[in-house]
Amino acid sequence: MGAFETFGDFIAMDGHGLYVWLAYGSFALCMAWLIVQPRLALKRYVKEQSMKMKREQS
Amino acid sequence: MWKWIQKWGSPKWFYQMSWNWSLTLGVISALLMTVGIIWGLGFAPQDYQQGNSFRIIYIHVPSAIVAEACYMMMASLGAISIIWKLKMASMVLKSIAPIGAIFSLIALITGAVWGKPTWGAWWVWDARITSMLILMFLYLGVIALYHVMENEQSADKSAAVLTIIGVVNIPIIKYSVNWWNTLHQPATFKLTEKPAMPAEMWIPLVLMIFGVYAFFLAQMFIRSRSEILIRERKASWVKEEISRMTGA
Repeated sequence: MGAFETFGDFIAMDGHGLYVWLAYGSFALCMAWLIVQPRLALKRYVKEQSMKMKREQS
Repeated sequence: MWKWIQKWGSPKWFYQMSWNWSLTLGVISALLMTVGIIWGLGFAPQDYQQGNSFRIIYIHVPSAIVAEACYMMMASLGAISIIWKLKMASMVLKSIAPIGAIFSLIALITGAVWGKPTWGAWWVWDARITSMLILMFLYLGVIALYHVMENEQSADKSAAVLTIIGVVNIPIIKYSVNWWNTLHQPATFKLTEKPAMPAEMWIPLVLMIFGVYAFFLAQMFIRSRSEILIRERKASWVKEEISRMTGA
């Protein structure tokens, strides 16, 4: 495959595996947080707000 | 022109239009980043000096570029909110601060991880790295201002002033590699010159830069929409939207 002979070579990255995967792993974590956090916050807010609106109505 | 500003300044219009924009940008970014990462990790040739650790460039450079672009955008929004008193500008400013903070954090982390095999150290107090750290603190400062200040309007004003003052840091980041004798390597791309690497190395980098940009814009719209629902909660259309979202 591409720049590497085997899948093992791809993981090992010629000795740089630790660094490459550490960098890509933290990138993936940060991107996941950016996607998930606003969704959870919005869900929580909408729930609170709709309860408040119901209380005001009654 | 005035009509255009008025349209963008209307939270309702922004809210109605931005859902489709964030979806489109999200799909574009997912496509670009999938191709860019697979290409960059598995198919781009090894760097003859740095070996495989250079593959970190495909996430490091786009994150750093977007962290800086996000700051410039935040400062422009700060200026707009002060000059024209557009509340929409402050809402977007507040919404993009955490995104910029995360991208400067990614640039710092991936830079540290790349620095270890290349320079032999995780961290050096190099001009480029230090000014990038300051950028992250500027973002955190804006976030902290909104947490600390009760009054929304004064928080908006303070945040706008802080972002505008902080702009001095941006040219320092950009030219730090030329002004000081830094460990950090100079820019990979210049707009006016052909890149000094083979196409199969730089094409995935270009894809990643556009992909991360699109991701940033999609997240900007998503976070701004939530901010609109919070700040305009007294408006009747927002009340209807919230009842619609809870299915009641």
